[in-house]
Amino acid sequence: METATAKRYPEVWRRRTPRETALGWLWTAAVAFAAAWSVSALDIEWAFFADAHVQAFDLASRMWPPRWSYLPVIVRPLIETIHIATLGTAIAVVLSVPLAFLAARNTTANELTWAIGRALLVASRSVNTVIWGLLFVAIFGPGPVAGIVAVAARSVGFLAKLVAEAIEEADRGPIEAVEATGAGTAQVYLVAILPQVMPILIGTTVYRWDINVRESSVLGFVGAGGIGLYLYASINQFAWQQVLVVLVAILVIVMASEALSAYVRARIS
Amino acid sequence: MEGLEAESRRATAVGPRPLLTVEALTKVYPGGQRALDDVTLAVERPEVVAIIGSSGAGKSTLIRCINRLVEPTAGHIRLGELDLVGLSRRELRRARRRIGMIFQEFNLVERLTVMENVLSGRLGSVGFFASLVRRFPPQDITGAYGLLDRVGLAGYQDTRADALSGGQRQRVGIARALMQNPDLLLVDEPTASLDPKTARQIMRLIRELATERHRPALVNIHDVALAQAFSDRVIGLKSGQVVFDGPPTALTPAVLTDIYGEEDWSQTIRRSDDDEAPP
Ligand SMILES: Nc1ncnc2c1ncn2[C@@H]1O[C@H](COP(=O)(O)OP(=O)(O)OP(=O)(O)O)[C@@H](O)[C@H]1O
Ligand SMILES: [Mg+2]
Repeated sequence: METATAKRYPEVWRRRTPRETALGWLWTAAVAFAAAWSVSALDIEWAFFADAHVQAFDLASRMWPPRWSYLPVIVRPLIETIHIATLGTAIAVVLSVPLAFLAARNTTANELTWAIGRALLVASRSVNTVIWGLLFVAIFGPGPVAGIVAVAARSVGFLAKLVAEAIEEADRGPIEAVEATGAGTAQVYLVAILPQVMPILIGTTVYRWDINVRESSVLGFVGAGGIGLYLYASINQFAWQQVLVVLVAILVIVMASEALSAYVRARIS
Repeated sequence: MEGLEAESRRATAVGPRPLLTVEALTKVYPGGQRALDDVTLAVERPEVVAIIGSSGAGKSTLIRCINRLVEPTAGHIRLGELDLVGLSRRELRRARRRIGMIFQEFNLVERLTVMENVLSGRLGSVGFFASLVRRFPPQDITGAYGLLDRVGLAGYQDTRADALSGGQRQRVGIARALMQNPDLLLVDEPTASLDPKTARQIMRLIRELATERHRPALVNIHDVALAQAFSDRVIGLKSGQVVFDGPPTALTPAVLTDIYGEEDWSQTIRRSDDDEAPP
């Protein structure tokens, strides 16, 4: 029974207001429109779609059986690929630490140094590893050196960006405490900040190394060393049975590097 | 007021040079908050000075102005002969080596070991490369082991700081500050994150070490009973001004009302039959 003084509570509750619901639908329509527009603007040859499954089956049948005798030939370039990724990552780590301190708001010297740091970050990150590879092949000539430098050039910005963010979020307390002992600025960075960002540095390094193994496998397409050259040559010769062997080999090392990277990252504390 | 008279007696007394003098110290924060308003005080003996006052009274600001973690707006701070206000960055670093600081939140570098944290008190005396490879002079290593033993952490040198309890962390913080062999100890609420028993142990340790080494200590503290138990002198701050300066025994309900405002103080003030007399 309800008395006059009893409070009445609403019977309807909605997560969103009608206005928000309308806005949601509007956005959905906008995205659908943008997608439709992109497809029509791209000038896609639909005829190729019609027989795509036939072509795929045809390619697969030409790849089979894999020519395993090719395997001994690609062992050396496979190892080279991993070396390119590893050395490139190592160089990137060494360079990324000072760059991160330059690009972090709380450790950079002034507005100008911060702007320089940010510019280097963006420059490194906005160019794809393969494009860096093209540039460095022009400078160093074809071979793994160009690949190593290309990997380093792309990775340094990736690492420095994440480490700079970690520096900006570092706990002020220990920094203040070490400053209060009369330590120099470089010592404060070394003793109070670097240990705080170490897990991020190690984690992103291993993660980046894993990405670099994948990216190094195509660097050979532009002459920057590694397994990519053999993949490229096999495709050009229509040696599809070799292509399959190379692809399987790449798949194996990529999976192995991913597993190793996941294992290391899980163990950092 | 009695406290202020004692203060002026101190300032005019002929005797040993004051170890620390704060003259007309004023701090106005960028927001316009006047945290310290014309604070003058002198510490001329190696004594433990408790600074009490309600939240926002300016206790932390006062302590942090002394080693210039906070930049004073006006006034002078002299450590012996040296005026800390107006020192260049380089001179300030040298002066800071003479001042040890202990924090409420311990402020250890969590991922470093106890030994690394303690030795960071010596960074001012070694170069960058030495700190990179953690290479310290043998007397520093010996000193660090000695201090760890003294603060009750013998054998903990290789434990990582994040594996310690709050009380143990504060002991590391104390060892780090003393590693500087400082002329002055600044202590900002050393016990506020600790349980009552640990709090007493830590306060006792700070007091003993200051006494052993004949060094003055300025200790911000919220707990009036702790302040009374472990200090030689109490300074009361209110709205950035010194409203009391005198011995712990002079803290009467009237004085506490002056510092904190109206309240029943009978339970707070230490009775003379309390279990633990100051050492
Ligand atoms: N960084 C800052 N910027 C602006 N105002 C500040 C800053 N730090 C402190 N204040 C203000 O200055 C006044 C004094 O603060 P302070 O931290 O010195 O007080 P306190 O006595 O240490 O307080 P508590 O007991 O809570 O630690 C407060 O009103 C506070 O709001
Ligand atoms: Mg405070």
